[in-house]
Amino acid sequence: MSVVTFISHDGEKHEVPLEDGESLMQIGVSNMVPGIDGDCGGEAACGTCHVIVDDSWIDAVGRSTSVEEEMLAMNPEREPTSRLSCQMRMSEDCDGLVVRLPEFQM
Amino acid sequence: MVGASHAGVQVAASLRQEGWDGEVVVIGDEAALPYHRPPLSKAYLLGRSSREELAIRKTEFYAKQEIRLVRATVNRIDREAGCVVTSEGETLAYDGLALCTGGRARRLSLPGSDLPGIHYLRVFADVEAIRESAVPGRHAVIIGGGYIGLETAASLRALGLEVTVLEAAERVLERVTAPEVSAFYERVHREAGVVIRSRALVESLVGDLRVREAILAGGERIPADLVIVGVGLVPSVELAVDAGLEVEDGIVIDDHARTSDARIVAAGDCASHRMARYDRVVRLESVPSAAEQAKTAAATLCGRERPIASLPWFWSDQYDLKLQIAGLNTGYDEVVINGDPASDRDFSCYYLQRGRLIAADCVNRPRDFVWAKQALGKGLEVDREQLDVLVAT
Repeated sequence: MSVVTFISHDGEKHEVPLEDGESLMQIGVSNMVPGIDGDCGGEAACGTCHVIVDDSWIDAVGRSTSVEEEMLAMNPEREPTSRLSCQMRMSEDCDGLVVRLPEFQM
Repeated sequence: MVGASHAGVQVAASLRQEGWDGEVVVIGDEAALPYHRPPLSKAYLLGRSSREELAIRKTEFYAKQEIRLVRATVNRIDREAGCVVTSEGETLAYDGLALCTGGRARRLSLPGSDLPGIHYLRVFADVEAIRESAVPGRHAVIIGGGYIGLETAASLRALGLEVTVLEAAERVLERVTAPEVSAFYERVHREAGVVIRSRALVESLVGDLRVREAILAGGERIPADLVIVGVGLVPSVELAVDAGLEVEDGIVIDDHARTSDARIVAAGDCASHRMARYDRVVRLESVPSAAEQAKTAAATLCGRERPIASLPWFWSDQYDLKLQIAGLNTGYDEVVINGDPASDRDFSCYYLQRGRLIAADCVNRPRDFVWAKQALGKGLEVDREQLDVLVAT
């Protein structure tokens, strides 16, 4: 089974099954990972699914798109590998992906 | 949970997250799995997403979290016995009850308003009916120039229909935005070929087997192969009223989402929250607010404190325009505009009251929105001077 790992701000690890074709936000919400809200349902409108991709994974999953960039630019917890997880479509290639969660969602 | 939409599903999910180990039952009156409603007037009307794609959570989620979905309506709450009675005759006892009953589209009551071809827009079935008659070249009349009406106008235009929006007030979005923002939306809709008529009072709808025309006060006849009515939402509060709970427009809740009965919480479109931020009771029709209130409601039912704290915010998509709204502008006495809404497709409109920022409408300007949402959310005082500096840079 393929998995992705969310690490909460306090260091708690949530390893959850990866669903091929779903967004990382959906995977987080479906598995009730605390700290992933996804209030707008995946429209990149709310910024409540912010994740920070582990450095070792950023080349594989890619950096934030311009739509995400607009939402992330003013976020104080923004880091170079920040993404909106609703814009990250998952595939089997993402098995083992690790992302960190900010202290606060927007 | 009574009601199986954004709020009801979020209460159920959050209950599990909070560690509720008892039974969780969500009662809803639709056959479909609970679904996202904002896309109804957009992606779903355009045929770009399916019922399955709009499900808030998948079937497996409910099974795994042991959340039971019951298809029924609730006829009655018996607060003394601590149970609800459903339309299917089932009696369900509760330790905690969450009212997430939402609302329904306000009905028109005009001569001819029950003719076939007249639609509302709140549930899957409404949109499917609209889609069936949305044939390119046909004339659609939209009654009501609010967000639902304008979003629907944009979608129907994209589907190739001739669209007329009839707004009773001076301008579209009159209740919710500044004149500059209304003028902007009137312009972009006109540019897209939509006819916008303000101060247009519909007197009757006429037709034979189905609607054919809308007749305005003054006698003008507007061709209408289909009519979509978007004149607001009526909160579903009957159950709460019958049960003797305090209701003021919506079901009144405190910062802990509690109603006037400590064992009953409420969340979403049906709830009127007494908000310290605004010093009054506010009923919000927004998914983010429904989610926020629902998380609080779940915590309260689990005996934990998690006051409702987030700033109200909204969004609306029309054409290529993403409008994001931070805060409530009620009571504003001044606006500062960043950008040129008369010619561009991106700008922000900041609302001030007695020289302080209280809200912002941001069109294709997510950065401005995020900034305003954070500043207002944290309670930072932003005055005119600071805003002018920001706008200038």
